[in-house]
Amino acid sequence: MPSFTVISALLYRYILLYARNRIRLFELFFWPIVQLLVWGFVTSYLQSKGGGSFPRFITFLIGGIILWDSLFRSQQGVAISFLEDVWTRNLINIFAAPVRMSEYLGASFCVGILRVGLTAIVLALIALLAYGFNLFEFKFSLIGFYANLMLFGWVLGIVSICLILRFGHSAESLAWAIPFMIQPFAAVFYDVSTLPGWMQHIAWAMPPAYVFEGMRKCLADDSAPWEYVIKAATLNVCYLAIAGWFFARTLTNVREKGLLTKVSTS
Amino acid sequence: MSILSIKHIAKSFGTFRAVDDISIEVAAGETVGLLGVNGAGKTTLMNMILGLITPTSGSINVFGKDIAKHRLEILRRTNFCTTYAALPGNVPVFSNLLIFAKLYQIDQPKKKVYELLELLEITSLKDKLTGTLSAGESTRVNLAKALLNDPELLLLDEPTASLDPDIADKVRKLIIHLQKTRKPAVLYTSHNMRDIEEVCDRVLFIHQGKIHAAGTTAEIKERFSEENLDDVFIKIARSDKQPI
Repeated sequence: MPSFTVISALLYRYILLYARNRIRLFELFFWPIVQLLVWGFVTSYLQSKGGGSFPRFITFLIGGIILWDSLFRSQQGVAISFLEDVWTRNLINIFAAPVRMSEYLGASFCVGILRVGLTAIVLALIALLAYGFNLFEFKFSLIGFYANLMLFGWVLGIVSICLILRFGHSAESLAWAIPFMIQPFAAVFYDVSTLPGWMQHIAWAMPPAYVFEGMRKCLADDSAPWEYVIKAATLNVCYLAIAGWFFARTLTNVREKGLLTKVSTS
Repeated sequence: MSILSIKHIAKSFGTFRAVDDISIEVAAGETVGLLGVNGAGKTTLMNMILGLITPTSGSINVFGKDIAKHRLEILRRTNFCTTYAALPGNVPVFSNLLIFAKLYQIDQPKKKVYELLELLEITSLKDKLTGTLSAGESTRVNLAKALLNDPELLLLDEPTASLDPDIADKVRKLIIHLQKTRKPAVLYTSHNMRDIEEVCDRVLFIHQGKIHAAGTTAEIKERFSEENLDDVFIKIARSDKQPI
């Protein structure tokens, strides 16, 4: 049974690491705000030049940017928390302490939730003030969208950790790249039907495509896209189970190969 | 009673045999020194005891339990201090120790941290960022972390490496004090022969993954007809003979 004391101690450590590093805090807000401003204004410009021929397009785009950021922040919460331990040479201290891996991942999931929560508040405010976009237009579906994207972010975070453990420091950049590898299939800014056939099959095998299709449906006709939310959740349960198995398998493997201590000390 | 029992442990990384059929018993209150050149297999052995590396063959029992099956239970009663790990640098000393006290699920963690800060004479450092400490201060903070759970098995991997003689002497005296007052089983690696002579009850010389010599420091010096351990170390390091 995971211990609340252990999870809260790990979480407190991550919060301290962020709170005491202004650059990290700055980075937490800088990129999503820049992305929102640039793409928001580009869309506003196109909309004004198109004589209103892009109805609701700006809302699709801004909704996409804000929701995509939740997946990215959630993945980063898990992957960067792990990398913080690698960079500070603290990984051995953690892995040789009586910490269950479920507690370790649980704490990094909480970091993901905090990161998503903080950036979502800022982005929602900017979107409302700059473009009149109200995130709460999604009503209760918003919870389903966020929950699903965060869950899939955790899955990608776990995969990132596994790759770094397996391939060492050379794989660190994957912590930032992995979400963008799946972005073309996630249909964040366009309908899944825009994709070529073979890409559509991959897209429908991943939860984000259902979330973003659901988001567009919700914005287009104001209906609650529960069917999409449920399909995404079902897929997420499967992906989380596979990621958990993959993580356990990777740990066994890196312990056999001595890679855990190598990545911690090199 | 044997706290640590290692039987015929071996570890290979591909074709390289890092640890080759080593057996060690360490009793409660006993301090065993592991000596050997860099790459001899000392740290690999320590990492296997901590469950960070899985042995290729053999068994490791701590408190009578197999590390492969009872890892968490064993780690709650074990701790370590190594030069290969550090506490996060941009976190204050007190917070770092408090976090680890909670990870080890210590009762009254704040009280324990204050007690250790006092014992190690580092109370004045409690609000300093860990990354701003000198090597000697860092070692004492790492030792404080290693003592948080009053370990029955304590693994010390080169605790005096890169310390000046004065601080190294203080650290040695501290370890000797701990041996007398808390009586943990200690496995101690060092390249400093003075450390070994002062701190260890028994010594194991590891070379190319095997135990080449074992005994008290006096027995080993006599066996190799040398007056000091440094010369024994050099003799073994330059020898490709079979275990003695």
